[in-house]
Amino acid sequence: MSHKSFVWICLLPLAAVTAAFFVLPMARLLVTGAEGPRGLAEYLAILAEPRYRATLLNTVLLAAANTIATLIVATIAGLFLQRHRFPGRAVLVAILTFPLAFPGVVIGFMIILLAGRQGLIGDVSSRLVGDKIVFAYSIYGLFLGYLYFSIPRVILTIMAAAQKLDPSLEEAARSLGAGSWAVLRDVVLPALAPALVASGAIAFATAMGAFGTAFTLATNIDVLPMLIYTEFTLAGNLATSAALSVGLGVMTWLILALARSFTGNSVAAAG
Amino acid sequence: MNMMTRHGAALKVENCGKTFADGTCALARATLDIAQSETLVLLGPSGCGKTTLLRIVAGLETPDSGGRVLFDGKDLTRQPIEKRNVGMVFQSYALFPNMSVADNIGYGLKLRGLPKTERAARVAELVALTNLGGLEDRRIDQLSGGQRQRVALARAVAIRPSVLLLDEPLTALDAALRERLRGELNDLLRKLGITAIYVTHDQAEAMELGDRIVVMRKGAIAQVGTPREIYFTPANRFVAEFVGAANIIEAPIESGELVLPGGRVPVSGRDAMSRAVAMVRPETIMLADAATAGLAGTVDSVRFAGDRQRIIVRDAASVPLAVDAPNTVNVSAGERVGLSIPPAAIRLLPEED
Repeated sequence: MSHKSFVWICLLPLAAVTAAFFVLPMARLLVTGAEGPRGLAEYLAILAEPRYRATLLNTVLLAAANTIATLIVATIAGLFLQRHRFPGRAVLVAILTFPLAFPGVVIGFMIILLAGRQGLIGDVSSRLVGDKIVFAYSIYGLFLGYLYFSIPRVILTIMAAAQKLDPSLEEAARSLGAGSWAVLRDVVLPALAPALVASGAIAFATAMGAFGTAFTLATNIDVLPMLIYTEFTLAGNLATSAALSVGLGVMTWLILALARSFTGNSVAAAG
Repeated sequence: MNMMTRHGAALKVENCGKTFADGTCALARATLDIAQSETLVLLGPSGCGKTTLLRIVAGLETPDSGGRVLFDGKDLTRQPIEKRNVGMVFQSYALFPNMSVADNIGYGLKLRGLPKTERAARVAELVALTNLGGLEDRRIDQLSGGQRQRVALARAVAIRPSVLLLDEPLTALDAALRERLRGELNDLLRKLGITAIYVTHDQAEAMELGDRIVVMRKGAIAQVGTPREIYFTPANRFVAEFVGAANIIEAPIESGELVLPGGRVPVSGRDAMSRAVAMVRPETIMLADAATAGLAGTVDSVRFAGDRQRIIVRDAASVPLAVDAPNTVNVSAGERVGLSIPPAAIRLLPEED
């Protein structure tokens, strides 16, 4: 047996698994999406139907806002944690990355404990101003949940990237007269750009598709995964939910691909 | 070009020491004067405190309380590096990978708010000076090691700094390139006539580049002097052995002569001593006729180095003696040879350690 055919035979199990659990269901999903009363036009509904379009927009805005907020918080925290050594630092890093271990349902539950009807924020606010602030069951609760979800991943990526940053680069910039902001703008952020794009893309994709948290908080939050769920289970609308699933997948994949190509370029530029 | 009109500042490092938070003393309190347009080399093995001293001058480290750093008489001890107007060249070059060669060189000028046309003119001037013509738009990862080193230098000089600080700028290069760039760097420093502090562990670099050399050891200054002073009249055994090759001979002195196993060698001065630690450079010892010379030994090995040969002679002194002989001399291992050492070539060192 030649070396080449041996390799091909070794790849067979992978091909079988890929076909059975990835290619076939995907194909089925694509076909199902076009089998509704509207046929192929079902795929356009995600853009044409005002309710779907609003939900899509909502989801993208939520994911984008979540990504930006995560990047800001996590970059500051990641840089700080990478550069300072203090007692309790290891514990703090462990706590910050703890949410990685939680499924979305637990995160949702924690948001309810924080900002739900019996939540901590409501408790404190009703005692202080006599008004019970509750936002766990809205898009704001979901935003907070996703933030909680994304920050650990991004912090870890930023810390790893910041560790590789040559400290003499910053010292060189300072010797030339750069203050803290100029160093951040001209040296640190450009060097972190690939890590920011990569981890930001992951945060975005997570927020686009996360279902557990949304489902735990409320069933009527207007995000795409919830819409797919209600179309499927409540309305029994198989074709629409399949088409929406494909739409969500394509959308997220497009943004990830875009981010990846951008990262590729900037990595090359950074040498 | 008005490059020659500014020569940087005169520096004074006063009583500067550095003790780190964990109590380790990186630098014992030191005082140094650096004249305007002088090149001062800080030389020593790694961990000797030379980089710490450079970083104190740069403003990247603060000295222990009581220490002061003065630029032209002005106390800048509390000023951070970005306020000191120093040009720095790092071992890793620390060029900005997200900027072109020209943008790297012009970065300090941009921060100073220099108008675009003036900036371009100044960058062009430096590109010409450092032989970087045609590479202005290159990215940093498209440059060779030597080119990077020149960009780093041009960037540091572009801001017309008060002092140029170089932290082992040639260490990252291979030997042949290092030697060539050492010459180029020397020419450039003379041409610029700027006050410079140069950190290195390479004594050949220190000799060639330094107007004065500060030899450092274990966080303290071992000797300050011109390259010739350091080489010919080392203050102690450490300096003698660190700078160049040296034979260190411990022997009793009787009536003005070193008493060695292989004979006697007259020394000048200090008759009163009964024991001495003497330094003799290999190139000052000459081969002579074994029968008539005052000192004789047996050739242990001959190492041919092309331009000369290093002969190791045993039994002449308590330690094997290294002798540099011309490459035409024909001796081989086991042969008896006589040695002659001029009294002026013997440097008596204080006994210590």
